[in-house]
Amino acid sequence: MIRKYWWKIMSIALLVYTCTYGFYVKVPRLDDRMKESIRNFFFHVPMWFTMMILLLVSMIYSIRYLRNPIPKNDAYAVAFASTGVIYGLLGLVTGAIWANYQWGSPWSGDPKQNGAAIAMLIYLAYFVLRGSLNEDDKKGRIGAVYNIFAFFMLFPTLWILPRLTESLHPGGEGAEGNPGINGKDMDVQMRTVFYPAVIGWTLLGVWISTLKIRYAILAEKKYNND
Amino acid sequence: MIKMRLFMTALFCTVVSFVATAQESATDAGLMRSNGKIFVVMAVVLTILFGLFAYLISIDKKIARLEKEEQSQ
Repeated sequence: MIRKYWWKIMSIALLVYTCTYGFYVKVPRLDDRMKESIRNFFFHVPMWFTMMILLLVSMIYSIRYLRNPIPKNDAYAVAFASTGVIYGLLGLVTGAIWANYQWGSPWSGDPKQNGAAIAMLIYLAYFVLRGSLNEDDKKGRIGAVYNIFAFFMLFPTLWILPRLTESLHPGGEGAEGNPGINGKDMDVQMRTVFYPAVIGWTLLGVWISTLKIRYAILAEKKYNND
Repeated sequence: MIKMRLFMTALFCTVVSFVATAQESATDAGLMRSNGKIFVVMAVVLTILFGLFAYLISIDKKIARLEKEEQSQ
């Protein structure tokens, strides 16, 4: 998979489709409270979907590293975690831009915004932890244990706590959670762009991660040869 | 290496032709100015997207070349 290229072409095709048809597709009017900004569903939301998928893959490789401590498994875990965090940060920034025009301010202390920020900080600590250890073996093992913990922290911070209180995001408690929009407001036509967008962004994330992995493996070989 | 250059040239040509057609339709006030100029935004987004793809592909090729050198040693 890592050196095949059909899925890279698929990623390009799906993203070009998203960035053209995504502007063109007819979107529901919803008494005009969202206007065209509803199209952010094709760009902001897939960032979080992709982040979850990349971080899940990272956690799986951390488990594999603990079972079989070879450098390859550690390289996979780090690469997928860092790409996942990049997607998360892009999700936070795009969300703030959208929120500024939809909710009135870029950061309104919405439980999901706060949760996402905490989740990102937990993941940043993963890189700090790795950076603070010198031996590769220790780095890999302690990093892997922390990475598994960090992944499971995503569930309370992103999925559970924001749903227990009132939230501006869809899914919160109260009057169907969000006064502006709900996941159910996405009609069939929007879904024909949304799901390809998720797959396209995910494949792009995998592509970037595999580049980092290949670089890490090369660097490791070079280090061992010298 | 030659293959890569050919590919990059082809990609560059596609982008240039895309921009050229975009400008053409802008002068006859057709597609690009319709629907509140949303197609201008689409053109900008696509340009960024293609730029990023070209960058990614070039890094990919460079790493692949290093891997080949590594194997032949």
